[in-house]
Amino acid sequence: MTAQTHEGIHVGRLYKVFGTDPASVMPLVHEGIGKQELLEDHGHVLGLRDINLDVSPRSIQVVMGLSGSGKSTLVRHINRLIDPTEGEVRVDGEDMLALDAAALKQLRRYKISMVFQRFALFPHRTVMDNISYGLALQRLAKPERLERAARWIERVGLQGYENSYPHHLSGGMQQRVGLARALATDADILLMDEAFSALDPLIRSDMRALLLDLQHELHKTIVFVTHDLEEAIEIGDRIAILRDGEVVQNGDSQDIVLRPADSYIADFTKSINRGRVIRVGSIMEPLKPDLSGPDCPHDISVEEALPLAVASPGGEARVLNGEGEPVGTVSLGTLVRALGSEREHDRAAAGIAGQAAEAG
Amino acid sequence: MESPGRGPPPRRPGGGGQCEGGQKPGAGGGEYRGLNFPTLDIATLRAVHKSIDAAYKTFSRNYGDAIESAFDPLLWLLIKFEWILLNAPWWVIVLAIAGICYAASRRVRLSLGVIIAFLIIGVLGMWEDTMRTLAIIFVATLIAIAIGIPLGIAMSRSNRMQAFMTPILDVMQTMPIFVYLIPVVMLFGLGKIPGLIAVVIYAVPPVIRLTNLGIRLVDQEVLEAADAFGAGTWRRLFGVQLPLALPNIMAGVNQTIMMALSMVVIASMIGVKGLGMPVLQAVTNQYFALGLFNGAAVVGLAIVFDRVTQSYGRRIQEQRQS
Repeated sequence: MTAQTHEGIHVGRLYKVFGTDPASVMPLVHEGIGKQELLEDHGHVLGLRDINLDVSPRSIQVVMGLSGSGKSTLVRHINRLIDPTEGEVRVDGEDMLALDAAALKQLRRYKISMVFQRFALFPHRTVMDNISYGLALQRLAKPERLERAARWIERVGLQGYENSYPHHLSGGMQQRVGLARALATDADILLMDEAFSALDPLIRSDMRALLLDLQHELHKTIVFVTHDLEEAIEIGDRIAILRDGEVVQNGDSQDIVLRPADSYIADFTKSINRGRVIRVGSIMEPLKPDLSGPDCPHDISVEEALPLAVASPGGEARVLNGEGEPVGTVSLGTLVRALGSEREHDRAAAGIAGQAAEAG
Repeated sequence: MESPGRGPPPRRPGGGGQCEGGQKPGAGGGEYRGLNFPTLDIATLRAVHKSIDAAYKTFSRNYGDAIESAFDPLLWLLIKFEWILLNAPWWVIVLAIAGICYAASRRVRLSLGVIIAFLIIGVLGMWEDTMRTLAIIFVATLIAIAIGIPLGIAMSRSNRMQAFMTPILDVMQTMPIFVYLIPVVMLFGLGKIPGLIAVVIYAVPPVIRLTNLGIRLVDQEVLEAADAFGAGTWRRLFGVQLPLALPNIMAGVNQTIMMALSMVVIASMIGVKGLGMPVLQAVTNQYFALGLFNGAAVVGLAIVFDRVTQSYGRRIQEQRQS
């Protein structure tokens, strides 16, 4: 979409096959051999197939999928913890695959940092030493290292735990250390591999709030891996959905919920609270010039818009864009219809038709 | 005192003519009906033995001195250390050992126990032998660590190396000790160096194995994190892998020390002075009390070493957990 801007992350035609001799089976993969068949007949595992992904700078790209879909594999290609079998990875225009070991180390020290699912803290180092680990690798002088680490300790709310070891902390606190460790290096790009998945639901939403808060001031380019659609929708500017190593859909939360690419994604979106996710701007109808009625901003949710529409005499409201200009209309009917998915409408319609047929 | 008196010490002349009479004459013959195994005839077998012995003897004659002089620094270290232990006032040594014990374990009662153990040893007249044994154990352990940890690291880094080393370590640990005393003595004669080498060969496998194991057990995610932050091979090794493997490595060092101690008596057979000598004397002369006292001193040393290294290992582990 944002084809070849120089900034951001570009992943192009990326393939990853695990096994003893991946190159030998690549022709088959290009011909479109199935994952199952590749494993059973050729003993290789298809990790990723033809991944194309552009992450624009300072945005949060979510990579979502069930376990085994290849999401963690994909994110590890960005800092080359895993090397691709074929394809292209560029970070700010730089070809990651052309880097030698030294350049790669530099890049990982200064430009890309990472947060892990099971925290992956160093158990033999204190909180302070964990957070300043990346800074030590940047060969920062000790006083500066400690000062910067102390700032991050405060920012993630871990004052008083500087000299504790990770084992003394709860899961949520450990991941705060993980987050601070990643942020302390001042890298532009942050990779988060299921960073909050191992936490309790309440802690998880705290951490999401912390992340969004931090992002508001830091504007990092974040690739966030998760298996939780709700989390994806809350955090992601864009969401790429992976299945069996392929991207099935890549769009913003409105695309995913309103226009799921296939039944697989539609299934995912079923349990989502549509009223809270769908924005008025994505379901509005063309502006009716004669309408004056109540105004509502385009980025409020259906849930929030409903009372406005109900209160208006015609059941309609004007939608305003970011600059406050009217750009469309929503009616009570549109809003209510948005609460049920297309599929459910179809099913309901079919049910009514069936009843009618029986009656006749 | 230097050698048990029998036979000239270096390179025993009669060494080649061993198994005169072809050891068990019945083995290939028909004395027992079940034993008509198709054995090589005695002449061939003897020829095989002789040619191996001759080859090794030529080797030791040609290179023995060169190899022996290569070990001179170790001999120097051993002699210096022994000199210090034998010449320092006894109470300085007792206090120093108790101090080391406390520094490693942070346990007062253990440290007091160590003092008492050494006082009893002194009172019972075994101070000199104990110091000599302490010296060789200390130097042997240092050498075992210096060889063992790098080998363990190499093993952990490559599956090939592991596949190559594992059977060698198995052989080192199961081969009867006396068997590898033979080539060592043929090469170096009797004395401190062959004793030291025999002790090290016998004692080094645990520290190699446990270094390898410890590094391989380090959490892969933690290593991945080190990689993701741009740590190189060395920083990864010294900053993450070795510290996290340390409790296991300490367990290996502990076992290495125990095995070195258990070699003391056998090493005395090739002229290593220390607590083993009186035990050997006691065995050959049936001096029960002498054997018992010196044996107890070995046990005392073993307990001291064991408790100190173990509680040190436990302390590093506790620091990280709970």
